[in-house]
Amino acid sequence: MTAESAPRAPRLEDIAPEPGVAKPDPILVADDVTKSFGGLRAVQVGRLEVQRGAITALIGPNGAGKTTLFNLLTGFDRPDSGSWSFDGRPLSGLPAYRAARAGMVRTFQLTKSLTLLTVLENLKLASTQQLGERFFASMVRPLWRAQEENIERRADAMLARFSLDRLRDDFAGTLSGGQRKLLELARALMARPTMIMLDEPTAGVNPALTQSLLGHIMKLRDEGMTILFVEHDMDVVMGISDWVVCMAEGHLIAEGPPGSIGSDGAVIDAYLGAHHGRRAGGEG
Amino acid sequence: MDFLIILGDASRAAIGPEAAIYAMAAIGLNMHFGYTGLLNFGQVGFMLVGAYGAAVAVATFNAPLWAGVLVGVALAILLALLLGVPTLRLRADYLAITTIALGEILRYIYRSNFASPVTGGVYGLTRFADPLYTINPIPPGQYGFGRLAYSSQSLWIMVISWSLVALVCVLMFLIIQSPWGRVIRSVREDEDAARSLGKNVFGYKMQSLVFGGVLGAVSGMLLAFYAQAVQPDAYSPVVTFYLYTLLILGGAGRILGPVVGSVIFWFVLVCTDSFLRQAIGAGLISASLISPTEVGAVRFALVGAGLMLLMIYRPQGILGDRREMMLGDR
Repeated sequence: MTAESAPRAPRLEDIAPEPGVAKPDPILVADDVTKSFGGLRAVQVGRLEVQRGAITALIGPNGAGKTTLFNLLTGFDRPDSGSWSFDGRPLSGLPAYRAARAGMVRTFQLTKSLTLLTVLENLKLASTQQLGERFFASMVRPLWRAQEENIERRADAMLARFSLDRLRDDFAGTLSGGQRKLLELARALMARPTMIMLDEPTAGVNPALTQSLLGHIMKLRDEGMTILFVEHDMDVVMGISDWVVCMAEGHLIAEGPPGSIGSDGAVIDAYLGAHHGRRAGGEG
Repeated sequence: MDFLIILGDASRAAIGPEAAIYAMAAIGLNMHFGYTGLLNFGQVGFMLVGAYGAAVAVATFNAPLWAGVLVGVALAILLALLLGVPTLRLRADYLAITTIALGEILRYIYRSNFASPVTGGVYGLTRFADPLYTINPIPPGQYGFGRLAYSSQSLWIMVISWSLVALVCVLMFLIIQSPWGRVIRSVREDEDAARSLGKNVFGYKMQSLVFGGVLGAVSGMLLAFYAQAVQPDAYSPVVTFYLYTLLILGGAGRILGPVVGSVIFWFVLVCTDSFLRQAIGAGLISASLISPTEVGAVRFALVGAGLMLLMIYRPQGILGDRREMMLGDR
């Protein structure tokens, strides 16, 4: 972390904590994104802005549409309507691989480690713009040998950073659940994204490894990376996020800094049910 | 009962032209199924368009043989594109259903009456590969010893086919070890993961389909040149199943899997056939139990039983790695 890569500290404290609020320097802006599955309105988001260089948490009860929104924004699913832009470029309607190439790389709730590729191969795969990935060029090794060596050096550095170097030549399928989460994060970073989207990065990971994972995520933010993540564990959300967005039943119902989101009425209603508050009030 | 004859017959088949030709088609299938995870059940369709492409160009339109070969390859590319555009975006099993249907549709079209002025209908076309045999440098005669002998024509096709197989194996080694091969294998493991890393999965599947399809077409052409004939019913779906059998036998996802598989497949098949005929001839098996005309069917039943045992005790194939097999979820 050199001085030049140190980010502008995201000034999010001054922003009004209301759904769809404008951010000082948004990297991702989405408008009127909707998606239905049959009669179910899974996602119905009016406006969402994600601040550059910050960690934004996306929370909400099960079925709130968080993962669906992820899938839509990253091109893994097609919306019924809506548009969004990333880094000033329109991204809506583009296939998933184009979204990734634009710099928005995601991970998955259920890790997708490429089982029969080694850990090193998993990382090398993610590197972009490889000449050797073209069919005819692939036959002529001298064309891409130097690039491949560079990629391998970068991959080895990444493995060391995530303490996966010991597993370098093992098949990814032999890794534990927590190690796979680390591998996925390391792999996503090999693609040199400007924003990473993590779908439940700590699900099924033991507490010690969770701490290490969160450390990595905060360090990435300090290096200037934008992070949007879905999370259920409130301790994690409060611990690392700069801003929290809450969804329920497809809608974006609340936004705010982590300190105040827990006391937001709409959030309490969404998690505990609207009746709870009323009954509690009646008894009190 | 002469075991030398059985061994001679079996060995002749194991290194003969058919083994090389089947190995070639199976290498294409290995590209599809073994490396990319595409369930192509219509490899015989690629063999058919390759064989007929060359045969029709030469026999019907009097084109030179080299042009016929180019037509065969071009048709395989076209077939792969036509097949891939609607199906490669779908789940793997849809590709399997579509390809098996496509192979049969092609066979019925080529054997139909309306196509017969061009394709020769059910009788097919013959004697279109003469230019290939006029440049045969091997003097006429029988080469080898005992039952393990080949005519100069067979030997010529063997030299061509095995050379091509060797060449294609080297090519496969190069591309699979490359970053291209890495993307292809990642598509096999999890295409969403490949997508999330910016890989154009559809494009890679298409490249795989085209390349493996062209290998199938080359195999079909070699088969047609060897027989000096194309006949639609030689390209029935069962050929694809033989290809899958020998691919899995040798080890899918291994460079030499299809080659080892083809050699062993033909050895075992002809060995069984020859053994049954010898045993019936020597009175060891009563002719009332299996008549000589039924040997052809019985040998496939026995080979099928052998393969079942192989699947139970060595599902990864001869060159495969059991540990990898257990890790993979296919």
